[in-house]
Amino acid sequence: MSSRYHEKTIAELSAMLHAGEVSSVELTQYFLDRIKSRDGELNSFITVTEEQALAAAKAADERIKNGEAGPLTGVPIAHKDIFCTDGVRTSCGSKMLDNFISPYDATVVTKMKQAGVVMLGKTNMDEFAMGSSNETSFYGAVKNPWNTQTVPGGSSGGSAAAVAARLAPAATGTDTGGSIRQPASMCGITGIKPTYGRISRFGMIAFASSLDQAGPMAQSAEDCAMLLNAMAGFDERDSTCLDNEVPDYTAELEKPLAGLRIGLPKEYFGEGLSPAVEQVIRDALDEYKKLGAELIDIELPNSGLSVPVYYVVAPAECSANLSRFDGVRYGYRCADPVDLMDMYTRSRGEGFGAEVKRRIMVGTYALSSGYYDAYYLKSQQLRHKISDDFKEAFEKVDVIMGPTAPDVAFKIGEKSDDPIAMYLSDIYTIAVNLAGLPGMSVPAGFVNGLPVGLQITGNYFKESQLLNVAHQYQKNTNWHRAIPEDFA
Amino acid sequence: MSLDADEVKKIAYLARLKIDEADIPGYVSNLSNILDLVEQMNAVDTTGVLPMSHPLDAVQRLREDKITETNQRERFQAIAPATEDGLYLVPQVIE
Repeated sequence: MSSRYHEKTIAELSAMLHAGEVSSVELTQYFLDRIKSRDGELNSFITVTEEQALAAAKAADERIKNGEAGPLTGVPIAHKDIFCTDGVRTSCGSKMLDNFISPYDATVVTKMKQAGVVMLGKTNMDEFAMGSSNETSFYGAVKNPWNTQTVPGGSSGGSAAAVAARLAPAATGTDTGGSIRQPASMCGITGIKPTYGRISRFGMIAFASSLDQAGPMAQSAEDCAMLLNAMAGFDERDSTCLDNEVPDYTAELEKPLAGLRIGLPKEYFGEGLSPAVEQVIRDALDEYKKLGAELIDIELPNSGLSVPVYYVVAPAECSANLSRFDGVRYGYRCADPVDLMDMYTRSRGEGFGAEVKRRIMVGTYALSSGYYDAYYLKSQQLRHKISDDFKEAFEKVDVIMGPTAPDVAFKIGEKSDDPIAMYLSDIYTIAVNLAGLPGMSVPAGFVNGLPVGLQITGNYFKESQLLNVAHQYQKNTNWHRAIPEDFA
Repeated sequence: MSLDADEVKKIAYLARLKIDEADIPGYVSNLSNILDLVEQMNAVDTTGVLPMSHPLDAVQRLREDKITETNQRERFQAIAPATEDGLYLVPQVIE
């Protein structure tokens, strides 16, 4: 009887819990101990909720004993610190919310609680999810468990690092321009950003409301499917949440891939892509060919504009969303304000970090009088063109594949002084958010000991198909089971 | 597209952000670089293209105007920087 629970997927842990081979309290304690002894090296957690976790685990064991358990009951996971958690600090990686004890739960958190999932704690992230390296966090950079000199990606870098090091079997994340997929790629885990509107954004601290979407980050596509089952669904408290039927995302996992049409956008294999990363992706595509898939060259002619478009849409929406942080009702207030204006400007100036201030200012400028048409309107028009490219592509292919990021994880500090270089690390993920499509990153190999992710993009509401396509690959490869040696 | 120090200060004021004088040159250069990146949008003619407001063309849902939430003022004010008699306190604005 092995007690190396960190080597187990959620599917495996769920089976063990239901068979009575382990209790939720034992599992929860196991991961709490692992976080306590190992997270000093990674900084992947902002808050560990030991007491609440053990209480929830005890309740989960009760449910299992009484035969009232679902597949996730008793499974411990971590939440990105962007999700409001009742009675627990919800910082969003910012000094602005360092003292914010949320008075309510995000819908994602509520749904997880209802499923009997145990929360281990809240994971580190780029401040207000603005960043691609987890270096903008008020709580310090997160380190990549595959090489602690390198970044884990961002903004869900704490979630990715925690799952990669198996400090938690899975975690939640959010993805505005690649913030689930890019860190999943850099940390060698599996993550899915569902269709925009598939998961409620209620209680998920808003960055860019027309792009933000939550999703699971886990060890396998199968685990993602189980978690998505609990997370997805309509919520009247989110006016953009869509009321489409939620299928059982595990139902299609075993479908054979023969005849699957995979589109390869030539724009995703061009200049800027590391040749070593490209080789890993080509090898993964060969694997798909062996599974009976057909590779088809396609074009997404406007995808090159996705970074510029994103850096209008996201800052514009963030400047509006973050205007709520005014030092009046909650969060940081500067010391001894002399008047109201001083209180607003200093509370915000001192409470936000540099990257957040940059984006608020770009957005403020883009939305200021006289510039709206040239920036925001133009960007929303281009968004339509980017989205139409995908529409056309999906008439010829079932899924689109390519690299998740142009290179493997970079060194801490390498890009932190150069915002543009940082922004370009999301060059392959952003278009998917602009179009509102579902996308995944799946571990596909290594370059210099650092993980490479394969990005799979599907048509609207085709999450089941994406998970099926990823699961079949994972049944034939072992990349997703690799654990960093230091954390084995 | 390059901004100068005065423009950056004006934007910071509009955004209600206090920026230290010493940090202004850094913002001037960063914001100008970001706007240069954004200028690439102009390479494509978008005459007649509809702006996209929702990826799935969803429209705003409306609900009946009735009370659905309960009052939790005490709970919400417990996390406020300063309150008194159920009101939020800010520096005096009227003499």
